[in-house]
Amino acid sequence: AAPDPLITEVQPWASGFGDPVDAHPYGTPIRFEDDVIRRNVEWLTADTISSINFTPIHALDGTITPQGCAFERHHSGAIELAKPDFRLMINGLVDRPLVFTYEDLERFPRENHVYFLECAANTGMEWAGAQLNGAQFTHGMIHNMEYTGVPLRTLLQEAGLDAAGDLADKWIYVEGADASSNGRSIPMDKALDDVLVAFKANGEALRKEHGYPVRLVVPGWEGNMWVKWLRRIEVMDRPVESREETSKYTDVMADGSARKWTWVMDAKSVVTSPSPQSPITHGPGPLVITGMAWSGHGRITRVDVSTDGGKTWQPARLAKDGENKALTRFYLDTDWDGSEMLLQSRAIDETGYVQPTKAQLREVRGLNSVYHNNCIQTWHVTPDGKAENVEVS
Amino acid sequence: ADRNIAPMPANPRLLTALPIPDPAPLGGLVSAAHADEGGGTRFGLGREALPEEVAAWDVDVTPDGTGLPEGSGDVMTGEEVFVEKCAVCHGDFAEGVGNWPKLAGGDGTLDNADPVKTVGSYWPYLSTVWDYVHRSMPFGNAQSLTADEVYAITAYILYSNFLVEDDFVLSRENFTEIEMPNRDGFFVDDRPQTEYAQWRTEPCMENCKDSVEITMRATVLDVTPDDPSGDAPLTETEAAVATPVVETAPDEAEAKAQSASAEEGPADAPDPELIAAGEAVFRQCSACHQVGEGAKNRMGPQLNAIVGREIGGVEDFRYSSAMADMDGTWDHDTLTQFLTDPRGTVPGTKMAFAGVRDQEDVKALIAYLESLE
Repeated sequence: AAPDPLITEVQPWASGFGDPVDAHPYGTPIRFEDDVIRRNVEWLTADTISSINFTPIHALDGTITPQGCAFERHHSGAIELAKPDFRLMINGLVDRPLVFTYEDLERFPRENHVYFLECAANTGMEWAGAQLNGAQFTHGMIHNMEYTGVPLRTLLQEAGLDAAGDLADKWIYVEGADASSNGRSIPMDKALDDVLVAFKANGEALRKEHGYPVRLVVPGWEGNMWVKWLRRIEVMDRPVESREETSKYTDVMADGSARKWTWVMDAKSVVTSPSPQSPITHGPGPLVITGMAWSGHGRITRVDVSTDGGKTWQPARLAKDGENKALTRFYLDTDWDGSEMLLQSRAIDETGYVQPTKAQLREVRGLNSVYHNNCIQTWHVTPDGKAENVEVS
Repeated sequence: ADRNIAPMPANPRLLTALPIPDPAPLGGLVSAAHADEGGGTRFGLGREALPEEVAAWDVDVTPDGTGLPEGSGDVMTGEEVFVEKCAVCHGDFAEGVGNWPKLAGGDGTLDNADPVKTVGSYWPYLSTVWDYVHRSMPFGNAQSLTADEVYAITAYILYSNFLVEDDFVLSRENFTEIEMPNRDGFFVDDRPQTEYAQWRTEPCMENCKDSVEITMRATVLDVTPDDPSGDAPLTETEAAVATPVVETAPDEAEAKAQSASAEEGPADAPDPELIAAGEAVFRQCSACHQVGEGAKNRMGPQLNAIVGREIGGVEDFRYSSAMADMDGTWDHDTLTQFLTDPRGTVPGTKMAFAGVRDQEDVKALIAYLESLE
């Protein structure tokens, strides 16, 4: 074979200068990666002001989602709220209704936690059948970040909960400062458990589109409850039954009745590569199959992978032990013989919950739930390495 | 996610703990759980919320009517307000325009293949309608409705769902007498019983099924957006295309340089930076207005060549009568006035938009609109 000129000839980058420091005071990905971006599906919503886009999970690895490509969901657009204009009110059944500034929040003891945020509608378009051809679009309403913030418990204690009496049947109502306000009711035991009032993600300030300067983090529960641009927390003796918890984010069963308060995101996984947007380009031989798994119930303990549409399964390798309510990366290091595959993954969490098939979900819920579709996904990989979203018997 | 992190103590002590006066127990009913949560340590951060501040933000309304202000509104008034402020998205009869939410109809469809979930067919509580309209509507001009207007709109939505007669008046007094058709249609999450019990089993690893057939393919529908992904390095051309550049024709640039040296520059000299800033401001307009090649009327008329256009001058757009009755053309002055205060300038306009406050933004916006052919 001819010698490789990339090796035998001196290349410009090996001879001349690269960028000086300060060429990009805040760096962005190199231009070769500028296809690794959020994308939306135009027909899904009437307008991008109240809409959603998708994380390019097919092109990411590891578990932490960079903020710049973490999906967005706004109900009235991403607002610009400056720290000096930020106010957080706690009122209702508290001893002292309080108002905090952003600076106040930074003076409380804070914690760091990695959590996934999944929109309840993730994979929602797939209820009635395979629809969208790409992991970004079928499973991209998810991100996973390290949050820095103050436990909500600390702030509620600061306001004092004596006035609330028995906390067992109490709720909090949380709302944002944007025009949608996106209010949601959360039972008090969750509020006092692991909910965070967060102001940093992955070490830096939250992005505008993720609720700068302060958002709520509700680990393991549907993303709609993670109120952005948080402005008010009210302690109440009942849920508000707001639009976002009655007309939306409720699951219609086959008989027309609907489940409400379906807050926990059940265990779920997806193979991110190979997948339709990430085909096999190298032909037969060593092949890394990878994907991610998560559970709102706690830690992922095992992920199985099938290459034959669920006839046989083998445990994948977890990149590290599963973490509480955070993404887990899995790998199956294989030797691909070039024959077609029906690729699936199946997550199992610490409660023993096994990710169900679409058929199992449909048997209980029918086809019209819209939300909370955590079914096993199938990619049909053909001998040329291309992959397609399919459903199998 | 908690691994490797030392848990914070339940009640972290301050270096100098603040002396907190014990509040008198309310009615003596303090549960054990509660006592634990109290802790006794406060940080003394934040300040007391004033009653008028709480009143300004605490406007939520619960199903039993708690939180409703005094007021009332009738169906006919509701129709007028609805047509003016809501119909652009929801249709004159609350039937929904395009992809915007339908608020009426859908009765008896919840168990169909494609359920139509409207206020009438799906929403369990009327309080949710009042609360949401009051707090978040109209889209793009939230919290601009009076309590009476919200009662009237709510009454009209009930009427459009055939739930009340046309002489109905909704008020705080009779609010809780209205029962929504689907009030009993919801049940609390039962996954632990109906699903978890079934699926928390040791899964099959081998011979799990006899055969596997592909039963459906995404490419049959082909609704996936075009995906420009591909791992090959970009060519120079692609890279150039991928970077948005505000082009300035050489003669324009020259003209600008000359005029800038002459004086501050006439208003009609295109300033690429101002136009780019205006394009950013326009994003909030693009919910309702299209511009550029092939622009169509949507919620609002298309805005190509708006500067110099007759006011209310797009033939196939249904203007409010207020706008249709206006004389004159859109120029810098009329646009500035209208964009700053739409409803103050044209009382009765359908444009549900509060206006652009910053005059620099208005200037940029007009420069952008003027740059459009």
